[in-house]
Amino acid sequence: MADKIHVKTNINGNDIDFLCEPRQSLLEVLRDNLDMTGTKEGCGDGNCGACTVFLDGRIVDSCLVLAVEVDGKSVSTIEGVADVDKLHPVQEAFLEHAALQCGICTPGFIMASKALLEREPDADEGRIRLWLAGNLCRCTGYDKIIRAVQSAGETMQGN
Amino acid sequence: MTSTSNPKSKYNVVGTSPIRHDVLGRVTGKAKYGVDLRLTGMLFGKTLRSPHAHARIRKIDTSKAEAHPGVRAVVTTSDMPIVNDEVADFGETMANYRLLAELCLANGKVLYKGHAVAAVAADDIHIAEEALDLIEVEYEVLPPVLTVQQAMAEGAPLLHEVMTTRDVAARFTRGTDTGVASNIASRIVFQGGDPEAAFKNSDVVVEREFNTKMVHQGYIEPHNETAFWAPDGHLTIWTSTQGAFGVRTQISKTLGLPEAHVKVIPMEVGGGFGGKIRSYMGPTAALLSKKTGRPVKIVMNRKEVFESSGPTSGSNMRAKIGANKDGKITAAEVYLAYEAGAYPGSPVAAGASTCLSPYNLENFFVEGLDVVVNKPQVSAYRAPGSPGAALAVETVIDEVAEKLGIDPIDFRLKNATKEGDRQVSGVVFPRIGCVEVEEAIKNSDHYNTPLEGKNRGRGTAMGWWFNGGNASTAMVTVNSDGTVGLVTGSVDLAGTRTAISMQVAEVLGITPDEIYPSVGDTDSIGWTGPSGGSRTTFSTGIAAIQATNLVLDEMKKRAALLWETQPDDVTFENNSFISNKNSEDTISFKDLAGKLMGTGGPVSASSTSNPTQVGSAFGGHICDVEVDTDTGKVTVLRYTALQDVGQAAHQSYCESQVQGGAVQGIGWALNEEYYYTDDGTMANSTFLDYRMPTTLDLPMIDTILVEVPNPGHPFGIRGVGEVPIVPPLAAVANAIADAIGVRLTELPMNPGSILAALKDKK
Amino acid sequence: MQAVNTYLRGGVALQDFEFLSPKTIEEAVSIKAAAGNKARALAGGTDVLVQLKVGRFDIDQLIDMKNIPELNELSFSESDGLTIGAAVPCYKIYEDPTVRSSYPCIVDSSELIGSIQIQGRASLGGNVVNSSPSGDSLPSLIALNGSAVIQGTSGTRSVPLEEFFTGPGRNVMTEDELLVSLNFPAPSKNSGAAFLRFIPRNEMDIAVANVASSVTLTADGKNFESARISIGAVGPTPYFAKDAGDLLAGQEVNDENIAKAAEAAKKYASPITDMRGTIEQRIHLVGVLTKRTLDIAIQRARG
Repeated sequence: MADKIHVKTNINGNDIDFLCEPRQSLLEVLRDNLDMTGTKEGCGDGNCGACTVFLDGRIVDSCLVLAVEVDGKSVSTIEGVADVDKLHPVQEAFLEHAALQCGICTPGFIMASKALLEREPDADEGRIRLWLAGNLCRCTGYDKIIRAVQSAGETMQGN
Repeated sequence: MTSTSNPKSKYNVVGTSPIRHDVLGRVTGKAKYGVDLRLTGMLFGKTLRSPHAHARIRKIDTSKAEAHPGVRAVVTTSDMPIVNDEVADFGETMANYRLLAELCLANGKVLYKGHAVAAVAADDIHIAEEALDLIEVEYEVLPPVLTVQQAMAEGAPLLHEVMTTRDVAARFTRGTDTGVASNIASRIVFQGGDPEAAFKNSDVVVEREFNTKMVHQGYIEPHNETAFWAPDGHLTIWTSTQGAFGVRTQISKTLGLPEAHVKVIPMEVGGGFGGKIRSYMGPTAALLSKKTGRPVKIVMNRKEVFESSGPTSGSNMRAKIGANKDGKITAAEVYLAYEAGAYPGSPVAAGASTCLSPYNLENFFVEGLDVVVNKPQVSAYRAPGSPGAALAVETVIDEVAEKLGIDPIDFRLKNATKEGDRQVSGVVFPRIGCVEVEEAIKNSDHYNTPLEGKNRGRGTAMGWWFNGGNASTAMVTVNSDGTVGLVTGSVDLAGTRTAISMQVAEVLGITPDEIYPSVGDTDSIGWTGPSGGSRTTFSTGIAAIQATNLVLDEMKKRAALLWETQPDDVTFENNSFISNKNSEDTISFKDLAGKLMGTGGPVSASSTSNPTQVGSAFGGHICDVEVDTDTGKVTVLRYTALQDVGQAAHQSYCESQVQGGAVQGIGWALNEEYYYTDDGTMANSTFLDYRMPTTLDLPMIDTILVEVPNPGHPFGIRGVGEVPIVPPLAAVANAIADAIGVRLTELPMNPGSILAALKDKK
Repeated sequence: MQAVNTYLRGGVALQDFEFLSPKTIEEAVSIKAAAGNKARALAGGTDVLVQLKVGRFDIDQLIDMKNIPELNELSFSESDGLTIGAAVPCYKIYEDPTVRSSYPCIVDSSELIGSIQIQGRASLGGNVVNSSPSGDSLPSLIALNGSAVIQGTSGTRSVPLEEFFTGPGRNVMTEDELLVSLNFPAPSKNSGAAFLRFIPRNEMDIAVANVASSVTLTADGKNFESARISIGAVGPTPYFAKDAGDLLAGQEVNDENIAKAAEAAKKYASPITDMRGTIEQRIHLVGVLTKRTLDIAIQRARG
C-alpha cells in the first residue's frame, strides 16, 4: 500500500492536518477520517452533487477530488455555513419554503446555491435552474427549492 | 417556530405550514442518516455480486480473501441458517422469508446480475473492495430471460425449478396452486358483466399494446445497514429504512433469532419511495458482526443500488376500451404482465385493482400476471403497480374521447366513479373525490388557458391509489411545563413528525413547537407498520390523536380531583379544562401539567391505531409539452397536479409530495429506464445514464389541493404521497399525442423513440 | 492490484496508487516515461478518478499536473493565438474575457461539460487526453483548427487535433508523453463558430451526437470563404468532416448550401446503437446539429 500522506489544509476556517492514503477522496476523508458527515455521497462519480463543497472558493464534487489535492488549499463544507447562532440566508430560506423532504441532497443544494448567490444574488429562475442542474433531488420536484433560492437571493440583496 | 396560517383551513393547526421540527439538522448537515453512522471499532463490509444474470454457483473459495491483510471475516450462504418458506406482508409488498434470505446471499443459483454471493468485513472500505477480487467463484452460466414475453415463451429457462403458478383472488393473498411449473408466479383476474358483448355493441373501441421498462425510485442516499451482534446474543441493526419493525421481522426470521433479541434503530432516511422497506444487507452485516465481534457497516454504492436493490416492474400491457356516442363507456379489458424480477412479488395485483377505478363500469375483464425474470427483485415504488397500468388505461381513454369528439375531462366526468360504486375488485367506494378532482381540472386556470404554438400539446390523466391503513403506535407524554413529548414508530421520510405533531397540537389547542416528536426504535415503541402506502400522517396521526385523548382523559381525572368533582363533569376545550358544575373552575392545560406530580404522578399514554376506513384518493394532472420534431426532444412547458388530499395536514409538505411524485412520473415518462443488454447487464447504472430529471428539465409544478374530507380520520386527512405518480405517464403521453399526432405506447418516450414514431407517421 | 471483478467497483473506492506532484514538465515526463501505462496524468480528475473507481485501468502512479506552470497558462496574442494550459479548468476558460469575445465556440463547449461543480475542476486538456468519442470540447477544438502541444522524452511536438484521436480513449501520444497545452490560431476577420450537442436531458448527459462548425465569411457576410465542421459521438473518434466544410467555400450563405453541408457531414458519421441512441438517430442528429451550428456560426461571423 502506498504511504500515507500528511495533508495540511484549512476547513471552514480552521487549520487542519490529517494523514490519508492517496486513493482517498476528499469526501471520504471528510466523512470517515474527520467525522464531518454533513457532506453526503449519492453517487461517487460527480453526477448528483450531494457532496458539493467549496475548494478555494469554487464549488466542486468532493467525491472527485483526492484528499491529497487539498494540501495548502481551503475547503468549506455545510458544517461551516451557519454561524454559531445564525443560519445563512440560504438555510433560512430552505426551512421557510419547505425546500426539502428527506434532506439528503440539501447540504449539496445549499452549498451550490450559496456559491451562486454570492456571485449573482439576483439570479433568475433560469439561471438558478442552470446552476443547480448538477444537484439531484428526488423528493421535491425542485419547485420549492427554486423558490427558496430566489427568496434567499432577495434577502442577500437586502430586499 | 413560525406557523403560516391558512385562511382556508377550518382548523387552527392542521392545514397550516409550520417549520418542521427536524429540519434544522437537515440544513446544517447535523442530521444523522444511516450512512453517517460510525461506531467504535466498526468494520466496513462489502458485497461480492454476481457478474452473470443467471448461473449456477459451482464453488466459492474465500480462502485468499480471508488471508488478505485487514480482512476480518467473509460470509457466504453457508453461514446462513436454513430458512423456512413463510410468506409475510411487508406493507406494500409480500415476501417469502426463504427467498428473502436468498436475496441477501444467493443459495445455489444467482438469478440476476448483481445478486449477492458473498460479503467481507475489513478495516476499511478499500481493503474490503480488494478482498472481493480475491474471492473465487465458479459459475455455470445459464441463459437468462429478461422480459415477460421471454419468460412466458414456450420452453423458456425456469428461474425457480420448483415454482408453480398460483391463482390469486385479491391483492396480498397467496392464492391457490395450479401445479403448473412456470415463470408466471401468479395470475389475478377481475371480471364483471359481459365485456365481449358490450364491445360488439360499442360505437367506438380502441385497443393498444404497451411496453414499459424497469425504473428505479432513485433516492439519493444508498442503502446502508450497520449491525452489532453483542456477546449476549442480542443483535442491533442501524439502518435507513422505511419500517424498523419489518426489518426486525425479516432479520429475526432469516437468522432464526427471537424478535426480542433483535433491535432495529431507524436512522434518518435519505429517500425511500417504497424502495427502503426490505433489508438487503442486514443479515449479512449481522453474520459478519457475529464472526468478528465488532460492528459492521455495509453501504451500497450507486451501481449496487441500481443493480441490486428493488426497482419497479417493466411490463407488457394491453388495454381495450369501448364507448357509445353519448359518451358512456361500454366495456374495458386490461391485460397486465409485470416483471417481478428474480423472485415473485410484482405489484401487478395493485395495477389490476387500481387502473379502472376512475370509471364506474358494468362490463370489465382485468388480468394480471406476476412474472419472474433475471433482473433484480422489484420492490415497492410509490403507488406500486398503478402508474404503468394507468398509462395503458388513461391513454386509451384519451383516444376514445378523441374519437368521440368529446373533451377528455367531460368524458371522464360522464363515467366518473362515486361513493357507493364498486371497484373492479368488488370493493365499494366510500366517500371519494373523483368527480371533485375532475371538476377542479375543468375549472383550473391551466385547463382554461388555450395552448398555442406549433408542435405543442396538452394532455390530462387521472390516477387512483388505495392508500394504506396498517397499524401504528404513538406515545404522548405530558411534561411538567406543559410541553408534550411524542414518540411514534413511524420513520419520518418527509416531515411526518411535524404532520403528526400538528394533529396532537390541534387536539390540545397548543402550537406544534410545544411538542417534541421523535421516532422510536423497535424496543422503545409498539409495533408500527412501515412509512409507506401513504399511511403515516393518516394512520400514525390517528394513533397520536388516540393517545392524546387518553392523556386528556387522565388529566380530566386530575382536574376532577382538584375540584372534588367527577371526571365526567370535566370538559376540555380551547386548551383548558372546565368544570361543568362550577364555571369558575377552569385550569389551562399548561397549569394542570404543572400539577400532575401532586395529583397522582406523571401522565403519558400510548395507543395503537389500526384504521379500517382508509381514505383512498384520486389525482388528475394537466401537462403541456412542446416537441422539437427535428430532434424528438420533449419540453414540459407547464404542469398542474390536482389531488384530493382529504384535508391537508401540513400544507407546504402536502404540495411538495404532489410535486415530487409528479416529477418522478415525468422522469419515468420521458427518460428513465433500465437499459439491458442481451446478457442481462444493466448498461446504465449511474446517475449519468439513468436520466432522472434535473432542475433544468422541468417547469414549476403547480398544485391544486382538492379537499374532500376522509370520514375515516378525525380531521378528514387522506394519504397524499403516492397518488401523484399515477397520472403523469399518461398525462405526458396524451400531451405528446396532442402535439404531434402520434400515440406512443412504449416507455420511455425519449427523443429516439419520438423521432422513430414521427418517421413512421410520415 | 489488478481489478479482476471490475464489475463490482464503482462509487466508493479507488485502487491503490502513489500520488506524485511534479513542479516541472520535465520531471513529469521522466515519471511518465519510467512508468509508461502504469502512470496516468491527473488534472481536474473528473474523468480519471471515475475511471479508476470503476477499474477501467490499472495504475501504480497518478501524476498531478496542476503544479506545473505551463499547464496553468491561459494567454492570447494576435500572433500566437490562444494557449490553454492542459490543466486549466473549464470555468477559468469560459470566464476569460478574451475567450468569451473571440472564441465563443470554446465557451459553448466548456459551459456544457458536466455541472458547475465539474467545471470547477475539469479541463479541456483532460477532455482531449481522455479522447472519448463524445468528448464535449473535441469538435470545437477541431473546428477551430486547434493543436495539441505534447512533451515527451524526445522533446516537444505539436499535433493538429484533427489528427490527434485514433480510437475510443486512444490518441497519438506515446507512453512517455504528456499534454502541455492546446493552441488555437487567432480568429480571422468575419469568422464565427458554434458548438451544440444533443442530449435527452438538458444537462448532465453524454452527447448522443455533437457538432462544431466554424465559418469565415466574406466581408459583406454573403458568402462563405471557408468552413470547418467537426462531429462527435458518432464514431470511434470525433471526426473532422472536411468535405462538409470544403463544399461551402466560395458558396453563397443560404439554406440550400447549409443543407448540403449537413448532408455531407452526415456521411462522416459511423455510429453504433447503444443506450444513448441508435445509429439512425445519431446520423440524423448530425444533420440537424450541423445546420443549427452553421446558423449560429454565421450569425456570430456577421457580428
